[in-house]
Amino acid sequence: MAEHAPAHAADSHGHGHTSYVKIWAILVVLLIVSIIGPEFGIRVVTLITAFGIAIVKAYMVAKHFMHLGIERKWVSYILLVMLAFMLVFFAGVAPDVLEHDGQNWIKLYEEPAVGAGHATTTH
Amino acid sequence: MSTKPLATTRSVMNIPTGRLAVWWVIASEIVIFGGLLGAYVMFRLSHDAWAEQAAVTNTWAGAFNTLVLLTSSLSAVLAHQAAERGEGKKAARLLHFTILGGLTFLVVKAFEWTFEIQHGYTLTSNLFWSFYYTAAGLHGLHVIAGMVLMFFVARTAARNEELQRVENVGLYWHFVDMVWIFLFPLLYIAK
Repeated sequence: MAEHAPAHAADSHGHGHTSYVKIWAILVVLLIVSIIGPEFGIRVVTLITAFGIAIVKAYMVAKHFMHLGIERKWVSYILLVMLAFMLVFFAGVAPDVLEHDGQNWIKLYEEPAVGAGHATTTH
Repeated sequence: MSTKPLATTRSVMNIPTGRLAVWWVIASEIVIFGGLLGAYVMFRLSHDAWAEQAAVTNTWAGAFNTLVLLTSSLSAVLAHQAAERGEGKKAARLLHFTILGGLTFLVVKAFEWTFEIQHGYTLTSNLFWSFYYTAAGLHGLHVIAGMVLMFFVARTAARNEELQRVENVGLYWHFVDMVWIFLFPLLYIAK
C-alpha cells in the first residue's frame, strides 16, 4: 500500500475494527431515536430527532467512515464551499417559492388537491 | 518508465490523485443533491398539505433501508481497513457484502414503488411525488453505479492488486449513504 498517503493509515489513528463497529452501533441507535421521536407529534421534537439527528449521523459517517477527521483540511473546506453554494441557491430562490405574491408578480400555480394520487388510480 | 496510471503514482498536495478525484466527484454531487433537496425543502415549507402525501410513504421500509445502507457503509470501511493491511481477499469479500446491501436496498425500493404506483401515486400526481421519484430515483441510480464500481474493484482487490481503489469506491459509497440519511427524514418522517 505504498501509494497510500500516510494520513490514511486507518489503524495508526485508532480506527480499529471495534471502533468502526461502535460507530455503526451509535448510528443505529440514532436511527431508532429518529424514528421514535416524530411519533410524539410535537413539531420541535420532530425537527430535532429527525433532522437534527440526520445532521449528526451524516457528520459521524463523514468523520469516521470517510476519515475526514484525518484527511487534509482543505478537502473539508472544498466540501463546505459546496454546502455554502447550496445555501446561496436556497437564499436566492426561497423568497420566490415561499411568498405567494410580490410587488410585480402573483403566483398563478395551484397545487393539486391532497390525495390527487388516488384520482389516477386504475384499481 | 512506469506504465501505471497517474491516479496511483502521483500525489498532489499529499493526496493520491485517485482519491483527490473522488473528493471532487463528491463535491460536485453535493451541489447536485443539495440543489434538489434545497428545492424540495422550499416547497415543503410552503405546502403543509405535502405532509399528507408524505404519510403515504412507508416509514418502516425507509427505516429498514437506512439500516441496510448504514450497515453497508460499515462493510465498506472494513473493506478499506482490510485493504490497508494488504488483505485483498478479505477486502473483496467485504465489498461483495456491501454490494449485497445495495441490492437489498433496491429490492425494498422496488416493492415500495410498485405499491405506490399501483395506488396511483406516480411521477406526475403532484409536486411531492415528482420530487419523491426524482430524488429517490437519482439516489437509486447512484446506488447502482456504486454497486457496479465495487464489483470491478473487488475483482482486482481479490488478486491483491490496486488496493487503493477500495478506499476510493468506499468514499463514494459513504456519500451515497449520507444522501439517504437526509432523504429518509425528508420523504418518510416529515408528516
